[in-house]
Amino acid sequence: MTDGPPTVLAAELIRWSWIGDHLDDIRDDLLQHLQLTGLAVLFGMLLAFPLALAAIRWPRLYAPILGFTGVLFTIPSLALFILLIPFTGLKIWTALIGLTIYTLLILVRNMVEGLRGVDQDVREAAQAMGYTPARQLFRVELPLALPVIMAGVRIATVTTIGLVTVTALIGWGGLGQLFLDGFTLNFPTPLIVGVVLSALLAFAADLLLVGVQRGLTPWARDRGS
Amino acid sequence: MITFQSVSKRFPDGTTAVDDLDLEVQEGEVTVLVGPSGCGKTTSLRMVNRMIEASSGRIVVDGQDVKQVDPPQLRRRIGYVIQQIGLFPHRTIGENIATVPELVGWDKRRTKARIDELLQLVGLPVEVVDRYPHQLSGGQRQRVGVARALAVDPPIMLMDEPFGAVDPIVRSRLQDEFLRLQQEVQKTIVFVTHDIDEAIKMGDRIAILQQGGVLAQYATPEDLLAEPASDFVADFLGAERGLKRLALIPVSAVKAEPGPVVSPDDPGDQALAAAEAFGSDWVVVVAADRRLLGWVDAAEASKRASVGDARIRPFRLQVNADDSLRAALNAMVQSHTGVAVRVSDGERYEGLLTLELLSKEIS
Repeated sequence: MTDGPPTVLAAELIRWSWIGDHLDDIRDDLLQHLQLTGLAVLFGMLLAFPLALAAIRWPRLYAPILGFTGVLFTIPSLALFILLIPFTGLKIWTALIGLTIYTLLILVRNMVEGLRGVDQDVREAAQAMGYTPARQLFRVELPLALPVIMAGVRIATVTTIGLVTVTALIGWGGLGQLFLDGFTLNFPTPLIVGVVLSALLAFAADLLLVGVQRGLTPWARDRGS
Repeated sequence: MITFQSVSKRFPDGTTAVDDLDLEVQEGEVTVLVGPSGCGKTTSLRMVNRMIEASSGRIVVDGQDVKQVDPPQLRRRIGYVIQQIGLFPHRTIGENIATVPELVGWDKRRTKARIDELLQLVGLPVEVVDRYPHQLSGGQRQRVGVARALAVDPPIMLMDEPFGAVDPIVRSRLQDEFLRLQQEVQKTIVFVTHDIDEAIKMGDRIAILQQGGVLAQYATPEDLLAEPASDFVADFLGAERGLKRLALIPVSAVKAEPGPVVSPDDPGDQALAAAEAFGSDWVVVVAADRRLLGWVDAAEASKRASVGDARIRPFRLQVNADDSLRAALNAMVQSHTGVAVRVSDGERYEGLLTLELLSKEIS
């Protein structure tokens, strides 16, 4: 009776009553997951933009910037969070700083490549029409770089959604909290709910971003390669 | 008017792109800068709207040194067309044309009206306003480029090989259209090309530049072809300089010869006499009302009672006052008689042009 046969275990894999009892917790975890992801990608973009502009303005900076963000990207996530704790404690900032750092490499690289990919002729025409440099950046170059930048945002978002589960270890885990629950309770249902929801979340976020991109770039829609 | 006063451009690597250029671009005229690659023609053009800054000297546009104007402000007053056109791919045709109006703050209604007007001016249907550049053909895109440059009706236009990217047939049509447009808008235009034939066709004045950015000659196409200032200019104008000159001179500039003329009612003998006096073996047959009927073989006519009894053959090619001497030359080499016959609009005979007359004109 105590050690149930495998068939019983399989039936126990998903205990619907547990899910029913914990709907509020699951919703809170999901919202926190969304919040962490959204803020991390947002901060990542805010940081990556000036870095990308600097890399374009002074091409010699590009390699060091990529190198630095690349090194950050290779730090094992768990180690990074543990390194941050002495400075920032177990606050949401610890999770956000870590998550943001991981988005930088992808975002900076795609912003630089996107902006550099804007046709020289188009740039010259804009200059010759009388655009000031700032206006040219926002009205001509950024819109044209958008498909490449958005590709980066999509990768960063999906990556971050996966990474948030790790920050559960410092108390800011979103759906990762469910992994921990499952683990500590030695009971698979929370774990499965967490995995399924975070996969669905990644899928939905990617779909949403594709939609946003298509909405923002009507000109690129029916364009052959 | 645009004036270059001892303008030089030296790049940091030590090359001199433009060397002490003095040039006056007349108002309402097309001034073509032409020369081999590396002659500084594009650099000269771009110094006018400060896309490139001159190293020394002054460029004065309408009495104002361009150095004293904020570049974006300066550029909004100067239309600019380049070979690659540089339309904004993320904006519709209408939005592309509206670029400068938007920058200088026109209201929507005025801009909309101007877009319609410009599309008509460059010969594009209004339906294209909502299309994106990639949905248009190369020739259509080029027209949009011109319309965009004309949007706020700038008095000055800079054009850098504007027709270089389209195929020769479309290019020739765009050139003709552009000349017609220029008659209407009378802009002061600086036009860069590497193609001397395009320069001769488009330019009221041509500045030939040579390597190192030295002005070799600045003159009207006619003067340039008549009196090239140096061997470089003569070489650049090419071996067919005489033919190119002929293309610029209208038939009306040459006094036509009366030629050997008979009427169909004249006796056949008279054809032979007229031909011998002229030194030919044929005569022109003209009706009493001066209408051109054709030509007859003098020997054949002399065997008939009257000229009208002989076989009158038509001149296949005729020229009139507005045609070029080159067209006249073409008529000569394609006709049995070896002359070009000049007629008025009403097909009335006005005389003959001979090879001798042409060579006298251009020698």
